[in-house]
Amino acid sequence: MTPAQTLPMAASDRRLLVLVGIVLLALVTLPWLGSALIVDKLIYLFILVMFAVMWNLLAGYAGLVSVGQQAFIGLGGYALVRLVEAGLPPFPTIFLAAALTGVVAWALSWFMLRMKAGEFAVATWVIAETIRSIVMFDPIVQGETGTSLLALNAYDPDLRRMVLYLLSLGSMVVMVGGTWVLLQRRIGAESQAIRDDEDAAASIGISTFQVKQRIYIIASVGCALAGALWLASAITFQPRTSFGVQWSVFMLFMVLVGGIGTFIGPILGALLFFALQEIFGDFGAWYLAGIGIVAILFALYLPRGLVGLWLDRGRDEPLSLRKRLRLRE
Amino acid sequence: MLDSLIQGILLGGYYAVLAAGLSLMFGVVRFINLAHGDMAVLGALGSLWLVQSAGVVVPLAIVITLIGMAALGWLMQRFIFERALAGGFLIPILTTIGLGAALQNGMFAAFGSNTQSLGAHIGNLSWSSWQLPGGIIVGQLPVYMFATAVLVLGSLHLLLTRTAFGRAVRSTSTDAEAASLCGVDPRKVHRWAAAIAVALAGLAGIFLAMRAQVTPFSGPMMLIFAFEAVVIGGIGSLRGTLIGGIVLGVVQALGALISPQISILAGHLVFLAVLGWRLMHVAASERGGWRAALKAVFNKPDLSRSQA
Repeated sequence: MTPAQTLPMAASDRRLLVLVGIVLLALVTLPWLGSALIVDKLIYLFILVMFAVMWNLLAGYAGLVSVGQQAFIGLGGYALVRLVEAGLPPFPTIFLAAALTGVVAWALSWFMLRMKAGEFAVATWVIAETIRSIVMFDPIVQGETGTSLLALNAYDPDLRRMVLYLLSLGSMVVMVGGTWVLLQRRIGAESQAIRDDEDAAASIGISTFQVKQRIYIIASVGCALAGALWLASAITFQPRTSFGVQWSVFMLFMVLVGGIGTFIGPILGALLFFALQEIFGDFGAWYLAGIGIVAILFALYLPRGLVGLWLDRGRDEPLSLRKRLRLRE
Repeated sequence: MLDSLIQGILLGGYYAVLAAGLSLMFGVVRFINLAHGDMAVLGALGSLWLVQSAGVVVPLAIVITLIGMAALGWLMQRFIFERALAGGFLIPILTTIGLGAALQNGMFAAFGSNTQSLGAHIGNLSWSSWQLPGGIIVGQLPVYMFATAVLVLGSLHLLLTRTAFGRAVRSTSTDAEAASLCGVDPRKVHRWAAAIAVALAGLAGIFLAMRAQVTPFSGPMMLIFAFEAVVIGGIGSLRGTLIGGIVLGVVQALGALISPQISILAGHLVFLAVLGWRLMHVAASERGGWRAALKAVFNKPDLSRSQA
């Protein structure tokens, strides 16, 4: 029996990738043309995309539903503030902060990944609260007051914005592309097997703990990097904001509405969430309550999100990670 | 020191009531309601609204709130959680965290961000106290709350162990399918369990409103405390929940002796230590007990035996 042949990428997907390439080229040139406001907003959009893609990797592909990724968002920001305070240059330190947070995630993973589903979810939240309480003991954070990344004020605002914009854009492209490559590889199939049935996955020889640990660390470093970038653009570090559970609600909303466990879903979700925030953000609490209600409705009635709607109409999932096989006649 | 110990034990009654609802949902309906704390806040703000804006006397407001919360729990189970539970383990988590966000921000928009307390409406009860021999002063309100907590958990225990409804609940939580074969409707049991759980959350919220201040965003912290009490005491036993609540209360009260910030952190750390111990214990028993587990860690694996 000859093995089935895998087909190359669909023509529509290739067209989509060309389009994405053009958009990215346009985005690279944008800061020289666009206004400061637009650049700032786009930095936030890139950060949202990173959060969504990382949470989808964790929950959608490895089945690790965390409501405590704000632990790493906050830690990334805190590490940046701490290291810059110690005299390191701000921009390269963003990446160092993310790497250091990865070490924390590695240490936590031994403990966290032994829990299941709901227990894991609440425990991640408790860990985030615990880390926040510990960080608040640091004298430079001054408890609830927080602190600012004053070292950034030494740079010209336009230069600072430009550098941050390009760093965020680059990080986003690396994260989205890296996720694509990662999920195409063996670990992608393994993590999905674990998500669907952990015992069955273990019984066919997958080192379930190791796979979950890798995904957990990657997703945490990703969140820390996005968190550090967000802090660098927001400048002020406040423990309640950086470690706030609202990040988890945002991530969940973007991934759920876009389509959990699909590649393109979280990116669509992030774009939609960004648009909603621009349009309805002024309504404050009512807007956030609405976000919660929409999340409930999607979870109950459209759990596969917008991509699910697309699939229901009999179309192929764009940029699907599923392998397409040619059937032998 | 002894003073803090007593305060901690009394505080534990409040945590136990808060945790009992979460534990009941987890034990019977088999999911963790991440909006449990927000429902407690809803109970607190609901009773406050009844007292402050509708002019209802406090005891009546408490009764109305509890009935309203029970009805809310029943309806939520019927229209939201039942559907969510059918979708696997992921959907209930997503649904309840969305519900939490909706409740927090909805209450913020409706009631404002002012911190509020029922303390002003219960006369001198909020500050009067008894003097025990040895110069220890015990507030009357915490004692009444602790007594109520023990009473409520005790009657719940009797309800679950001595009545037909309790048998139905216990059989459903053991095996819903087998229970339905024996003529128990698991969906009905789940709805009533949810009604009790949410009413318990409402009661805990009223306690909080009496002893302290409530804001619309107090919920997440209450959920975390409830979860900590449940895990410390062991899931699925009301006595364990009471003990867990008391341990958490005592740890927090002792931590508060050092600084207010340490109080909450101490609770988190004890919770993590208990959880870590339990997970290690499970890992050890999988390897044939502690002695075998230590041997497995420190010695090379015994290959000859595994091949036999």
